[in-house]
Amino acid sequence: MTVKEIASILEAKFLCCEEEGDRQVHSAFASDMMSDVLAFVTEDTLLLTGLINSQSVRTAEMLDLPALVFVRGKNPHQDAVERAKMIGMPALITHLTMFEACGRLYQSGLGAVEIEDYDGEMEI
Amino acid sequence: MMIKETYQVTAGDMTAAGDVSARIKRHMKQLGIPASVMRRVAVGTYEAEINLVIHSDGGRIDFAITPEGIDIRVVDVGPGIADIEKAMTEGWSTATNEVRNMGFGAGMGLPNMKRNADEFTIASEVGVGTDIHMLFRI
Ligand SMILES: Nc1ncnc2c1ncn2[C@@H]1O[C@H](COP(=O)(O)OP(=O)(O)OP(=O)(O)O)[C@@H](O)[C@H]1O
Ligand SMILES: [Mg+2]
Repeated sequence: MTVKEIASILEAKFLCCEEEGDRQVHSAFASDMMSDVLAFVTEDTLLLTGLINSQSVRTAEMLDLPALVFVRGKNPHQDAVERAKMIGMPALITHLTMFEACGRLYQSGLGAVEIEDYDGEMEI
Repeated sequence: MMIKETYQVTAGDMTAAGDVSARIKRHMKQLGIPASVMRRVAVGTYEAEINLVIHSDGGRIDFAITPEGIDIRVVDVGPGIADIEKAMTEGWSTATNEVRNMGFGAGMGLPNMKRNADEFTIASEVGVGTDIHMLFRI
């Protein structure tokens, strides 16, 4: 799926880098905790987040992610958008909630990130 | 060719947190380091840099390329970690709500560093500081 297709499914607007909209996305990960993103995310993964400061963009930058989406219509901080522009990372904003955004993408065939060391048992 | 660089990291400055890691990443790109190695180093240095900003009184990150690989050293000037075993446990964190609101404080940073590096050592003394070494084979 391309970033452009994702924008259309999520009724999202590009905050920057629409010209990079043909990038391919193979899975998605949704979180407001950046260390969880850094722990579990693999290549070509779309990041959905409610975290609107520049650390969300920096996290996507470190992982070479194709794009990120800010959910629930929360406008990201100016320095977040500036950083995204600077590094050429498409940043989108959708009015949908995290749950609905994820649901729509899942229904459209976008998968989850596989967690490597999950052995079928949870440590509780 | 031996490359060695030192970057200072200021405590408490969350808006600049990530600048050093981004610079190190750019440097690796110029040197043609494979993307998979670059990502592992980027994640390790970014987590270390954030820790310097949110937990330490300031410190530095050394980046070096040696015959063994990419060598990262992270040294701060305190306050040190009392119980390293606890600090290395996934989910254990002393981060404030303020830090959590900025997307950090899941207690995943140190385990992430260890997982991404081929060699990882941490030493710390309360009142002195913390010293982390990570080696990433190319
Ligand atoms: N440089 C440091 N100086 C002092 N204490 C530290 C340092 N680095 C880590 N710690 C302590 O170890 C704990 C665990 O660190 P770790 O990086 O794993 O998690 P975190 O920073 O709390 O959250 P996350 O990394 O998921 O954002 C921290 O909460 C803090 O108490
Ligand atoms: Mg941390």
